[in-house]
Amino acid sequence: MTSISGEMTATSLVPPIIAQPVAVAPQSALAPAGPGAAEIGWIWDLMLVSGTIITLAVFAVLGVALFRRRRPDELPPEADRPADPRGEHANVESGGRGREGEGRPRSERLGSRWLVGGGIVFPGVVLTVLFLFTLRTLGSIAPRPGDAAALTVEVIGKQWWWEVRYLDEDPSRIAITANELRIPVGRRVRILLGASDVIHSFWVPGLQGKTDMIPGRRNVTWLEADAPGRWRGQCAEFCGVQHAKMALVVVAEPQAQFDAWLERQIAPAAAPADSAGRADEAAFLASGCVLCHAVRGTPAGARLGPDLTHVASRLTLAAGELPNTEGHLAGWIADPQSVKPGSRMPAVPLTPQELHAITRYLRSLH
Amino acid sequence: MAERADAGTGAGTREEEGSGNVAHRPPRTFDETWDQPAGVQGFLATIDNIPISMRYMVTSFAFFVAGGILALVMRVQLARPENDFVDPQTYNQLFTMHGTTMMFLFVIPFLEAFANYVIPLLNGTRDLPFPRLTALSYWTYLFGGIFIYSSFLFGLAPDGGWFAYMPLNDKTHSPGLNMDFWDIGLSVAEVAALGAAAEMIVGILRMRAPGMSLNRLPLFSWAMLVTSAMIIFAFTPLVVGTLMLELDRKEMTRFFDPNAGGDPLLWQHLFWVFGHPEVYIMFVPAVGVMSHVVQVFSRRPVMSYTLMVLAIIATGFLSFGLWAHHMYTTGISAVTLGLFAAVGMVVSIPSAVNIFGWIATIWAGKPVWRTPLVFALGAIVIFVIGGVTGVMVAVAPFDFQAHDTYFVVAHLHYVLFGGTIFPIFAGLYYWLPKISGRMLGERMGMWSAGLMFGGFNLAFMPMHWSGLEGMPRRVYTYPTGLGLEGYNLLSTIGGVILALGVVLSIVNFVVSLRRGREAGNDPWGGDTLEWSESSPPADAQFGRFPIVRSRHPMWDQTTVRPAPEDDPEVVRVANAYDRRPERWRGSLVVGVLDGRPIAIAHLPRRSIWPFVLSVGFLLIFTSALLEHGPIAMTGAAVIAVALAGWFWPVDTEKTAIEETGADRVDAERTAEAPLPLAIGDRQANGYWGTGVLVAILATASVTFLAGYFYLGEGPSPLPDGFAPPPLVPALLASVPALLALVATRWLTSTVDRRADGTRWIAATATALAHLAFVWLGIESFRASGYRPSEHGFASAAFGVVGFGWLVSAGAAVMLLVGVAWAVLAPRDPRGRGVALNASLVSYFAAASWFVALAAVYLWPRIS
Repeated sequence: MTSISGEMTATSLVPPIIAQPVAVAPQSALAPAGPGAAEIGWIWDLMLVSGTIITLAVFAVLGVALFRRRRPDELPPEADRPADPRGEHANVESGGRGREGEGRPRSERLGSRWLVGGGIVFPGVVLTVLFLFTLRTLGSIAPRPGDAAALTVEVIGKQWWWEVRYLDEDPSRIAITANELRIPVGRRVRILLGASDVIHSFWVPGLQGKTDMIPGRRNVTWLEADAPGRWRGQCAEFCGVQHAKMALVVVAEPQAQFDAWLERQIAPAAAPADSAGRADEAAFLASGCVLCHAVRGTPAGARLGPDLTHVASRLTLAAGELPNTEGHLAGWIADPQSVKPGSRMPAVPLTPQELHAITRYLRSLH
Repeated sequence: MAERADAGTGAGTREEEGSGNVAHRPPRTFDETWDQPAGVQGFLATIDNIPISMRYMVTSFAFFVAGGILALVMRVQLARPENDFVDPQTYNQLFTMHGTTMMFLFVIPFLEAFANYVIPLLNGTRDLPFPRLTALSYWTYLFGGIFIYSSFLFGLAPDGGWFAYMPLNDKTHSPGLNMDFWDIGLSVAEVAALGAAAEMIVGILRMRAPGMSLNRLPLFSWAMLVTSAMIIFAFTPLVVGTLMLELDRKEMTRFFDPNAGGDPLLWQHLFWVFGHPEVYIMFVPAVGVMSHVVQVFSRRPVMSYTLMVLAIIATGFLSFGLWAHHMYTTGISAVTLGLFAAVGMVVSIPSAVNIFGWIATIWAGKPVWRTPLVFALGAIVIFVIGGVTGVMVAVAPFDFQAHDTYFVVAHLHYVLFGGTIFPIFAGLYYWLPKISGRMLGERMGMWSAGLMFGGFNLAFMPMHWSGLEGMPRRVYTYPTGLGLEGYNLLSTIGGVILALGVVLSIVNFVVSLRRGREAGNDPWGGDTLEWSESSPPADAQFGRFPIVRSRHPMWDQTTVRPAPEDDPEVVRVANAYDRRPERWRGSLVVGVLDGRPIAIAHLPRRSIWPFVLSVGFLLIFTSALLEHGPIAMTGAAVIAVALAGWFWPVDTEKTAIEETGADRVDAERTAEAPLPLAIGDRQANGYWGTGVLVAILATASVTFLAGYFYLGEGPSPLPDGFAPPPLVPALLASVPALLALVATRWLTSTVDRRADGTRWIAATATALAHLAFVWLGIESFRASGYRPSEHGFASAAFGVVGFGWLVSAGAAVMLLVGVAWAVLAPRDPRGRGVALNASLVSYFAAASWFVALAAVYLWPRIS
């Protein structure tokens, strides 16, 4: 056994995992679940209805223009000369085919009325009204100065995951998690947005429009959910190879539940209860994992990858790509590149025993 | 004395100094003058607008097909969730190259090619003013396109998006050569577009048929005029931006590096200041094409010409106030959002005017159901939908949801298919009979239109919903369970149908070339001048210049030949240039507003140098990619040789000068020459072209300044010890700059006074002043302690002053060429022309220093 364990990769013991993508929650701007998305959803409904009516009206006018009956005397002189497939119309000698003295109306004045009425006055009125609605909605969804007093969460976009920090004046009470944002129901939560490598964009369509996360800048948005629930969000600015698999989950909970959750997140990882647990922890701390990941309360303090202090409490793995089950966790550790090709997480060589120990340890981090 | 060649008889058969070009016997007859060179060398040396624009069209259409194939591969990948038809890396290459190809290698070049072919015919002239520039544009574009696509051979296709956002595409996050291929290859396409724009502006303003005043200009010409002006002001910031990007990638500067005083948003501003006008650069020519098709197939002039023209111009202006549309979600202030939302809505008004203009034209006319009209109707329907969704995404709060999702993918394809692709097909079905002399198959055309229209809507209509249901753009896959499966499958099916429609049209084009019925001069009963000529047109296009008395000469005039009511002066000129001049290529120059002939322009006949020059460009760009010194040296040598060859005196030009007496003082000018030769003074096309060049340089200068002020006010404060550069050396450098201004004034006055004896002194003095300025300017900046490779603000300051030195050095070279002319052939009008052109650049170079002085040396002290 020992002689071949070096050759044996961890994958061979893990049951083959089909990367089952989980849409843990809806991701639709058409099903608003908070005041931000609702304001935008309302203006979308308005524009969808009026835009459809206007479009169909223009098509109707075009249809009539094409198919209406015409009196011969209302047509301009050119209309007598059909497009001739044999191309023998031109008088090659003289070059022109006009006949002087033909004076049927060309209804230029009618034309100007069309252009001014349909092209300027009508859109002018519609757009002015729409512009007023735009300003109103802009005002109602903009972050407010008073938000600063509210619960503030900092979300940092990274290739290809989200670091989430619940800010507090007391540095020891800052909770750090990843790819999951819990908020209390019915409260406006202020979100500070940043990025550590390239530009990302924070978008949870069910709750709010998107805001970019730009290195060197700090943007602000806010979220509020009307009722408990889960919503999926996704990076909306192209950020490299795994842009497609950079998702997060927003969970809205009643205040008490949220508070309890936050307290657990603030706390460092609990020390293992028994010797088996301590052995698993030792396996983790001895592995390559600690080069990138932190588990508060242990010596592992690297900040390159997501903070794993309470990883078992999260809903998903790999930035929303996998449900957080034991099998998926082991599979993700053993072979991240087949789940998320190009991901920054390397496949660390592990023996099956090490893999199982690490998986058990991480599953214990509630 | 020199014999007086008689333009009236063309009898002057004196041998040219034949020693230089043994292979090229000087042409003796009109047809010989305008014929096409034969053989391989002829293929490379031809500069006529017709063969060049045909190659241009075929090449860009090939890129259209390539870009379409890339899109189909993407649609296959997205047909079902979690598909693994292509890997993520490849997918990123696909969408990057799809966007790049369609924008830069298909639409813009194709419209330029179209305009190159059609504009001289529409405007009743024999060629464009700078035929060698036409050829240069084509060759550089061809090499640039091949350069970008060659990246596929090395597996290094660009993968950072066609918009190349920073810092994703800096050396840290994109270490491969992929984006270097993109950036460098793109520069080539930009140069080609700028060249074509200069050509169009001067050609449309100055080279038209007698009587074609500005208010009789065909709408496609108006559209190309406006488009070309937009290209000047939009592509130049892109050239500057891509230059900054490449310098950042080589880590020579820090324009966009947030960790060193740069700002990634600066790139977005520069890119979209180009990128939004770009949309209208593609749309405006289509407005012109549509107007022609609609009026001819409605059998009546387009409604309200004046409003249509004003709408085109308004679109051009407004398109520059929209760029932040692409940046609504970057955290810009609410006031800015409101402002840009307002402009975004207003820009839809001129488009609405155009749409209603076409509908009213159809209403008042009598529609003739032929393929071009059917494509045009498809364009109207699609564009209206795209316009309505365009207003939606202009509404900033809605854009917070729609931005960077498939909703925008749907919107932009509606705009581009309705605003560009369908009009291009309408235009092809309309003008190909003129180009090939053969009719296209009507039934196949109708099928193609139907398939394209149906397939398009099936492909792109569902994307509005997939976007709002949560599908971001540029994702190689999407999970099951979000409800995106159905929409995407429909889109893929639609994409395949759309492709079938395009294939059917291509088959139609090819089959018609062999089997199509003869088109005759005027298959459609068209209204504009091109239908008075044979199909395909003769090499000279208009042996006899038509006389224009109406906006629709073929509908309103009994003849385009001289008529009793014409101005006798115009008749005299038209008759005098009836299949003349014979021994050199000449075409009329008319007054910009009234279209009265004022001069005759000499056009070069053939030249290998545009081809050689573009090979030199290719070598330089390859060396920039590989950072390879010897290739760079070879490229520089090739460019130097090609430029010398290009500007070397042309034999036929000498003939033209002698025939028209342009080398004599006014009193002695040949009485028989009907019009003066447009050379060596402010009527020369070269002078106008130089004016456009200065507009490009000024735009570039403003772009550098804007970047400088933006970073100066940006989020990254200046590091300590970043003292403003010392004033004294800068003031010292201002002395020669001031002297250069004065000397330039002197130089232009020697040209105006025909003081040919003193011109060389003035030119030398100006050149020396520029060289002294460049030297002192570099010294003054070195004294500043700004290190461009260490801080973004220093990079920006360097950009401002460095560009100035570059232009000054260029002006000095031009001036020295002027000195050579003034010494070797003081009375030759070409020498005066060189001096006059150099003086324009010289004025700009010297004057722009004082702006740079205020910005870089004074502003940091007062702010």
